Amino acid sequence: MKFGSRRGAILLVAPLLLSLLIGFILPIGAFLWRAVADDEVASVLPRSIRALASWRDGEVPEAAFAALAEDLREARARDLETGAGAIARAAARLNAELPGMRSLLPATARRVAQPGDDRARILASGEAWSTPAPWRAIRRAGGPVTDFRLLATLDLKHDAEGGIEQAPAESAIYRGILLRTLWISASATLFCLLLGYPLAWLIATAPRRAQPWLLGGVLLPFWTSLIVRTAAWMVLLQKEGIVNAALLGAGVVQEPLPLLLNRFAVLVAMVHILLPFMVLPVLAVVQEIDPRLPRAAASLGAGRLRIFFRVLLPLSLPGVGAGCLLVFVQALGFYVTPALLGGPNDQMLAWFIGFYANRTVDWGMAAALSVLLLGAVGAVIALYGRLVGFDKVRAA
Amino acid sequence: MRLALWAAGIAVIAFLLLPVLVVVPLSFSAGSFLHYPLPGLSLRWYAAFFASDFWLPALWNSLRVGSASAALATLLGVPAAFGLWRAEFPGRRLAMAVILAPMAVPAIVVAVALLLAFGPRGLANTFAGLVAAHAMLGVPFVVVTVLASLSRFDPVLLRAAAACGADPWHGFFRVCLPRIMPGVAAGAVFAFATSLDETVVVLFLAGPGQRTLPRQMFAGLNDEISLTVMAAATLMVALSLLLLAAAAWLRRPGRD
Repeated sequence: MKFGSRRGAILLVAPLLLSLLIGFILPIGAFLWRAVADDEVASVLPRSIRALASWRDGEVPEAAFAALAEDLREARARDLETGAGAIARAAARLNAELPGMRSLLPATARRVAQPGDDRARILASGEAWSTPAPWRAIRRAGGPVTDFRLLATLDLKHDAEGGIEQAPAESAIYRGILLRTLWISASATLFCLLLGYPLAWLIATAPRRAQPWLLGGVLLPFWTSLIVRTAAWMVLLQKEGIVNAALLGAGVVQEPLPLLLNRFAVLVAMVHILLPFMVLPVLAVVQEIDPRLPRAAASLGAGRLRIFFRVLLPLSLPGVGAGCLLVFVQALGFYVTPALLGGPNDQMLAWFIGFYANRTVDWGMAAALSVLLLGAVGAVIALYGRLVGFDKVRAA
Repeated sequence: MRLALWAAGIAVIAFLLLPVLVVVPLSFSAGSFLHYPLPGLSLRWYAAFFASDFWLPALWNSLRVGSASAALATLLGVPAAFGLWRAEFPGRRLAMAVILAPMAVPAIVVAVALLLAFGPRGLANTFAGLVAAHAMLGVPFVVVTVLASLSRFDPVLLRAAAACGADPWHGFFRVCLPRIMPGVAAGAVFAFATSLDETVVVLFLAGPGQRTLPRQMFAGLNDEISLTVMAAATLMVALSLLLLAAAAWLRRPGRD
């Protein structure tokens, strides 16, 4: 093997790429696939779906009744034997298409298990079976893929005819969560810029002896664990905490302020945690600015403000862009800090992904919200690549 | 003008430093409340930390997971960086994107995806699963740091070694590696720090046997906060300081 050769180079990179493929790319791909995968109904009602394949509208074919009865009998026997609960899962999936199916399907399964005419017993277990609606729901949920979860993350749903409409108000929460996530991230980015930009300039222009100390003031918190910094803010902002004690002592307030479990706490801590990601890229760019340029501008008669706004500020913009990108993209995925410092109305997309994965074990919705989050991250990165380009700034 | 910049800058540094520094004295409090002034100084919370089977195993486990995942990330990352640096090959940009992806994908997506993938294969709630996950998260830092070191390494030296009869393995281990060692070590430190800091993946992936310090702190903060949490936080700050010093020393001017 020769290191200089192409083949050698590929062989050296291959173990890492393979590990990342197996341990990172494929698991994430398989997880995201669940956002569109649709097999709960297909695995329980395969014959019914086949019988309905050519049916469009009008009279429900006789064969569909027989197929449904046979499917349900088989699935019920399997459920009773293994305790798998496949009918319940299929019913839950169908309920997303047509409310009421959650109870109708198990009820029908119990009925058709008894002897008699299939069609009569199906109709006896629910009036709805005489209408096309439940049959349409079965066909729509027949898989193999569905867009209903992705639509749900945008507060949209299919209507009975298959068109797209607004979700009912009580389940239309996701657009708000997305907007909240974007809003919190944008605010955090703006505050980081306002605080970080002057600090970067100070460090860049400070006397050589002061520089390491100033930089250390940024690097120490930067290296401190996120959870420790979140804990620090819990201590500072609690009711008997230092901030309230100071405010009471100074006579600014009479009662301790509720500073914790709200948007303020989340934002302050997020800005604190993300600020170094703004300072360091801006500093890297500002340090490289040729000191002769502002002097040249001054010798041409430009005032201090003019030098800053016409010369220094434009030259520092690549660093500002990189800092904003780093801060905003990281802010979008925040989980721990809002979970500990925020109230129910301050939780971001990441919290809801965790909620669906952990509490309700609805991998499909967790995956659909992950697609939304990754889409937001990807859009921001792509927009940055379009507007600024990635070759202008070295990673700081 | 200058004065205003100094005032603003110092205020921002105070905002950055004070919250971290506020936890430290609290952990030495003789009382049991999270506020100042302290009723007196004592080491009781550290005694509690080191006597507790909630905290002490988590500290050891954090160090174990950190070392193992940093070692794995370095073992995979250094050859990859060398390959990426040495030759242009088709798909190099794509390979770079794949390697950097763990930096851009939100931790929650990684956590839930790995929980789903590892669960049926018996890897969730295992040491190996957690180490593998953390190694993936640390590997971009190793590759980026080593690539930066390699950019200052003159490839002519490798050719000179070959001309003197060294085979490529010797060329790499005897000529290149010693020169980029500070970068390799810094990359390993970054990977270790990434694992030590990581909370979200641990929350979802680690069973009772793999609790780490951040995981226990999350649980402790969700509960009634005791001052033992502050002792744990102070220990983590000390660990971070150690790592920061190591990274700064490895990357000090005049080396590599």
